[in-house]
Amino acid sequence: MDLSTLAPFLVNVVVGGLVLGFVYAIIALGYTMVYGVLQLINFAHSEVFVTGAIVGYEVFRVLEPSPMNGYLKLIIALIAAMIVSGGLNVLIERLAYRPLRNAPKLVPLITAIGVSLILQDLLKIIEGLQGRFDLTYTLPQGFSNKFCATGSSCAAFGDTLRRIGVDLQVKDIILVVVALLSLAVLNYLVNHTRLGRAIRAVAQDRVTAGLMGIDSNRMISATFLIGGALGGVSGVLFGMKFGTVNAYSGFDPGIIAFTAAVLGGIGSIPGAVLGGLLLGVIQNLIGVTNVLGSITGIANLAAIDASYQRIGAFIVLVLILIFKPTGLLGKSNTEKV
Amino acid sequence: MTAAPTQARRRQDMTLPLLLLAAVTSLVLIISQHGDVLARLGGLGTFLGNPLVRAVVLSLFLANLLFAYRWRTQPWAKVLVGAACLLLVLPWAGRDNTSLFDTAIQIGIFAALALGLNIVVGLAGLLDLGYVAFFAVGAYMWGIFGSGQIATILKYYGEHAGATNAGTLVIGLLLTVITAASMLFIRRAGKGRAPSRASSISFGLASFGLVAGLTLTGRALLVLNAAKAQGLATGLDAGFFWLFLALSIFAAAVMGVLIGLPVLRLKGDYLAIITLGLGEVIRVLANNLTLYTNGSQGTPPIKSASVPWLDALAGRLGFSPDQYPLFFLYFLVLIIISLIILVNIRLDRSRIGRAWIAIRDDEVAAQAMGIPLMRTKLIAFATGASFAGIMGMIFAAKQAATITPESFVLNQSIGVLSMVILGGMGSIPGVILGAAVVTLLNLSILPSLGEATANMNIPQQVNPAQLQRLVFGVILVVAMLFRPEGLLPNQRQAMQLHEGEDDNAPAVDSIEADSGQDAHAEMASPGLAGREDDERTGGVK
Repeated sequence: MDLSTLAPFLVNVVVGGLVLGFVYAIIALGYTMVYGVLQLINFAHSEVFVTGAIVGYEVFRVLEPSPMNGYLKLIIALIAAMIVSGGLNVLIERLAYRPLRNAPKLVPLITAIGVSLILQDLLKIIEGLQGRFDLTYTLPQGFSNKFCATGSSCAAFGDTLRRIGVDLQVKDIILVVVALLSLAVLNYLVNHTRLGRAIRAVAQDRVTAGLMGIDSNRMISATFLIGGALGGVSGVLFGMKFGTVNAYSGFDPGIIAFTAAVLGGIGSIPGAVLGGLLLGVIQNLIGVTNVLGSITGIANLAAIDASYQRIGAFIVLVLILIFKPTGLLGKSNTEKV
Repeated sequence: MTAAPTQARRRQDMTLPLLLLAAVTSLVLIISQHGDVLARLGGLGTFLGNPLVRAVVLSLFLANLLFAYRWRTQPWAKVLVGAACLLLVLPWAGRDNTSLFDTAIQIGIFAALALGLNIVVGLAGLLDLGYVAFFAVGAYMWGIFGSGQIATILKYYGEHAGATNAGTLVIGLLLTVITAASMLFIRRAGKGRAPSRASSISFGLASFGLVAGLTLTGRALLVLNAAKAQGLATGLDAGFFWLFLALSIFAAAVMGVLIGLPVLRLKGDYLAIITLGLGEVIRVLANNLTLYTNGSQGTPPIKSASVPWLDALAGRLGFSPDQYPLFFLYFLVLIIISLIILVNIRLDRSRIGRAWIAIRDDEVAAQAMGIPLMRTKLIAFATGASFAGIMGMIFAAKQAATITPESFVLNQSIGVLSMVILGGMGSIPGVILGAAVVTLLNLSILPSLGEATANMNIPQQVNPAQLQRLVFGVILVVAMLFRPEGLLPNQRQAMQLHEGEDDNAPAVDSIEADSGQDAHAEMASPGLAGREDDERTGGVK
């Protein structure tokens, strides 16, 4: 295959990776927010995120017969997922992490793992009682169409995009737009409001923030609420992107998103986004190395198939952390004595 | 769970209750595993035959060992109860129900794993989420060489010899020796000085050379021995078991150093996620390198060694020949676990053990006191890994039929970590108890809960058999909420902290723990809390 066909192929893979990366980025934000204030790997976040995906599924399922506008359905699904996931995250913090605020650091880590296991089975029971396990999203009409398909008003634009290799569906565009919107809202919330300033103060030094009159417990709850809401959004986006979710499907994206958060420098919001996008692209590229191998005729590449996708992310992580031990955008800190 | 005994109860002499309890539980255990006797007992028999009751009886029986350890009794009673339970009653009951051996071996394996991880996490304070990788190394070493897989590999290399011949072997060996020597030389020359850029680059290049040399040597050896594939259709001779037992310790330790070298510079959760990643890499490789591991299908049947006189003894005692390997492995595990406990006790009180604790509590201070950080951490990693390696090999021998990459998933690493923390980080008896509790739950109690309720009219989705994660999760959360220091916390720390106090639960004032500056707060954390200070990297920006 020559360059004129290889380039569009690669562009398509990279763009697809970026779309996937946005989902990872929003999940990674949930990890990084919590880590920022509590220095805790919230292992339960992957289930908070699946809860969002399941709420989204339920909303789309219930609203399927209604003649409502598809975008309105999406907004309802997103809001419902945000409320449920955010509330769940606050509840988890209240029950499982707050009583252990002064315990050794590994103790809340174990409760986080415990909560994650509990939620997996609870979600399975809830859906199982209605006789379902694998939940297939019923997306509103038009969401799965090609973006700017032939015959639509922007067909010329769509054709140009497709010529350079960008071949997207409408839902991919929605996904990126929703992700960017949530990033903008989060950025405003954290950097330009009193609440955000208080959260940042608690993240920096909980005791001193308390002396300054900040109720650190409330701020931690607020962080969990925001992180959970982001988890809800990402759950719906994940469900839309992949079509099928079940109670256990949070594990893989959760691990990858957490890797993304660490890759970007855990605790850093731009870092989480950067890490997510990077891992999305890398994952997609590894997914097609066997195609690339057969195109370029390199046998060793052809042997690498999609099952290596997950460790690709980890190998990149190892390489980057060896040279930059606090992640891409993490602040390097000198040790205090 | 056992509540902490109060002062009053501790002073009482419990010899008689212990002996009585041990006798009663032993009797019940033996009866509950014996089908003939159960049949004769009628209603009581059906009750004792219930899987859930059996699991509970087994747990109560094993609790004897805990009581023997905890209760204040005559020393001879402790030894008597311990020896009788492990050497007589358990094998006796296991004769009628082989799965008992399986469970006991599994508890031993996990206790060793937990003790190894306890060194890494509990003593040295390095959070390792990919610990099961070392277990996998040991398991696959014997899984490949002790099964027909080695013949498959040799056959493949025989057919794909390429340009490899005896010359390749010489080149490979030369390359290995030269690069290894130059790496040592670079290290030696740079001793006492900060590594310069040139020295680290040449060190890196030499390490690539070393890998190339080892690869060539290995390949040449495989090709040259390809003709032997015929004779190895069922793997190496069982006599090699003992050699590999030693090799698996060594290989896992080397692997620990190799993984540790690049990643141990990282701190806290960065280390956690990178070890998690490396653990996954090993699992995916095991899954994908089909030539060596036969992928997700699992290896061909794996051999186990046997000791003739032990087999003869087993035969004399009425065991059937297919139980011999488990009988042998049970006693092997007992021996190895006692050795490991001994090593742990010695390490705990040794110079290196104190160095680990110093690093855990404050890296900077430890370094200032002259502790070489990297070397001490590497030793912790290698020691922990070697325990996992040897147990991995025993696991492979125990599985007998096959081992698959499914045994080495992330959840296993997390399970071992939960054993360490549930039992009490840094406490040897605590960690063993944690391993026993978690293994019993996962292998015996939770599955039997499902079996016992199988005939009841419960909808499929809420059947306890399907809800093991839920029950295990609830137990983890509740145990942590009510006993965050673990079931049997570290005595030394408890003593240091609570001189003259009755309660052995660390009560840490919130401000102290938060600031992480106060000496008491540092001591109270049998884990990573003391490192909070240098882990505030950035916060939410």
